[in-house]
Amino acid sequence: DTSLAEVNSFSTSVPISPSSMINQYKFEDEPELRDLFITVDDPESHITAIETFITYRVVTKTSRGEFDSSEYEVRRRYQDFLWLKSKLEEAHPALIIPPLPEKFIMKGMVERFNDEFIETRRKALHKFLNRIADHPTLTFNEDFKIFLTAQAWELSSHKKQGPGLLSRMGQTVRAVASSVRGGVKNRPEMFIEINDYVETFSQKINVLDKIAHRIYKEEREYFNEMKEYGPIHTLWSASEEDIADSLKGVASCIDKCCKATERRMAGLSENLLPILHEYVLYSEILMGVLKRRDQIQGELDSKVDALANKKTEKDPFSEEIGKLEDKVECANNALKADWDRWKQNMQFDMRSTFTNMAENNLRYYEECLATWESFLASQTVDLHVEEDSEDRP
Amino acid sequence: MEDCLAKKMEITVSEAEKRTGRNAVNMQETYTAYLIETRAVESQSEGQCAPVDSLWRRYSEFELLRNYLSVTYPHIVVPPLPEKRADFVWHKLSADNMDPDFVERRRIGLENFLLRVASHPVLCQDKIFYSFLTQEGGWKEMVNETGFQLKADSRLKALNATFRVKNPDKRFTELKHYSDELQSVISHLLRVRARVADRLYGVYKVHGNYGRVFSEWSAIEKEMGDGLQSAGHHMDVYAASIDDILEEEEHYADQLKEYLFYAEALRAVCRKHELMQYDLEMAAQDLTSKKQQCEELATGTVRTFSLKGMTSKLFGQETPEQREAKIKVLEEQIQEGEEQLKSKNLEGRDFVKSAWADIERFKEQKNHDLKEALISYAVMQISMCKKGIQVWTNAKECFSKM
Repeated sequence: DTSLAEVNSFSTSVPISPSSMINQYKFEDEPELRDLFITVDDPESHITAIETFITYRVVTKTSRGEFDSSEYEVRRRYQDFLWLKSKLEEAHPALIIPPLPEKFIMKGMVERFNDEFIETRRKALHKFLNRIADHPTLTFNEDFKIFLTAQAWELSSHKKQGPGLLSRMGQTVRAVASSVRGGVKNRPEMFIEINDYVETFSQKINVLDKIAHRIYKEEREYFNEMKEYGPIHTLWSASEEDIADSLKGVASCIDKCCKATERRMAGLSENLLPILHEYVLYSEILMGVLKRRDQIQGELDSKVDALANKKTEKDPFSEEIGKLEDKVECANNALKADWDRWKQNMQFDMRSTFTNMAENNLRYYEECLATWESFLASQTVDLHVEEDSEDRP
Repeated sequence: MEDCLAKKMEITVSEAEKRTGRNAVNMQETYTAYLIETRAVESQSEGQCAPVDSLWRRYSEFELLRNYLSVTYPHIVVPPLPEKRADFVWHKLSADNMDPDFVERRRIGLENFLLRVASHPVLCQDKIFYSFLTQEGGWKEMVNETGFQLKADSRLKALNATFRVKNPDKRFTELKHYSDELQSVISHLLRVRARVADRLYGVYKVHGNYGRVFSEWSAIEKEMGDGLQSAGHHMDVYAASIDDILEEEEHYADQLKEYLFYAEALRAVCRKHELMQYDLEMAAQDLTSKKQQCEELATGTVRTFSLKGMTSKLFGQETPEQREAKIKVLEEQIQEGEEQLKSKNLEGRDFVKSAWADIERFKEQKNHDLKEALISYAVMQISMCKKGIQVWTNAKECFSKM
């Protein structure tokens, strides 16, 4: 139990922006059937003798019967999210568990807890919980429910139950070992296809992520130069008489376009960048889940091979093999269904985020166009007084 | 007012050609020659086109022409030449004088120079200018025969020397100050514009990377494939569009550069006034001191300390005859000096009058040209925005069909 020696709030607990709330409603299936609403906000830093960490407020609103109350508010730290993710992976090895934001960002991080980093993480954690809430199977997971509803001490004591860290590590080692052995050579056609897809997808999404970041960087550098560009015209206008107004007009246009560039950049960082990054993480998760499926298959295959080598005494193994065959079939079906679901979501997400990106750029050019057109109108006003005043909106 | 040459004659610098030849120290060099074409403007009723005359000139000959004009018409704000070397270059542009884009822009700049001179009420009447346009051989010798080089050396000294003028015409002082400000602000603007162009280029080109990745990604997608592929194509179009946009902007930059160099020409006129005024003040000072000397010799009183006075006191007085001779010389000098002062005064007043007339003409031209340049800049921005809107509208449609 951590004693809260100091609590600093990073921001006034501003609720999630309306636009991202709407995005939540666009989440796959029928929004009217949603009966679980989760928000992650209000990061606070906690400083103790041993460590500094951040907690986030998780608010849940639900109409489900299995929840004792209709509203919950708890505080969770990143560690808790990690715990939840590993419990879900444990319980549903053949399902695609949504990605968590990374533990650390390697490059360019001076302070572990700068505002930008925390905000990016908060948004990703919010996404994470909502993806689980929308998953037909994961949404009913018991650990998920406890995560959303338990008070801090309840969660701590619940975490201590179940297989310890060492035994879980042992499981992972065995899993890696068995995946090396088998499962790959008898991989069904369908999963070979999926594997090939995931490999290519992973490559492409990583490149796209880099391109998007590069574009953001270039736009920022452009913005920095533009900031200096406008004021020079204002400075010049001070030495002029006749053309002072025109110069000031140009300065004002450039400044407005500068602000439009800022909004363009914000649009990128609010939408495209987080989504692409989420799918970069998703591609790693997909490779993981395919490996786990192969490993389950590997267990069956190695038992079958072992049986084939013993010509006699088939009976004691057949029950075991039967169980394994069921396990494989379950895993395959679960993964196939989840894969189809993931693909549909991915398509939806890509479509909406790239469309949004195009709209963002459209808006930028429309704003700049309006600025320059109104300047142009003001310059030719001496020549066409009546016509212009009719044309101007 | 007599019609200027520009109205009677069509002038173009229509071609540029690389040449090799031997220079003054007999070393082989490569240079660019420009073809100047001229044609008399016929009235429409004739229905026939007059024949085109043409000759080749290189940049150094243009320079010679301009130097001649600056020296011969010091009261005129002489149009500037396009830059000798590429300056204010952003990374994609070449700083190489032989680069075809640079040569092309210089060709346009040289044509603009000739048109400016040809439309100037005073300069267009100059014979050397006319020969520059029409007489290929022997033009250089003709210019040198005018002897303007002698005046050129003293003019150069004047531009660079620092001296104190007691009573300059305030208008010229203000104008010199203005020309300094104009030079400073335009060069700052051009530098930042080059950086902005560089950055804008980066933004557009990086979007081009989308095209290839979308295409590769579309290969593994069934439903999204078409949308991705066609969106990628629009990203390529977007990335490619920046080249034309920035090329057009270079012409805007050239318009500003012309006035950057014009500021120097303006400054030169102000300096000429200062030089004349200084000359005048020195002459007046000299005259005053001679008059004083004369008076002292005539009356025998020494009002001011002078070495001559001291030596004559120490080594004996001069004879009256010697004194008379000196006074006579001084009186002659004083008379000469007074005449010179009169003519210098007249010269100075004439200069101020005619210079100021040309400066007013220049101011009007500058205001008109710069306002138009700013408007054309706005038009360019509008065109860029419209292209952007089109591309992203198309891309949006493709994405929404994914």
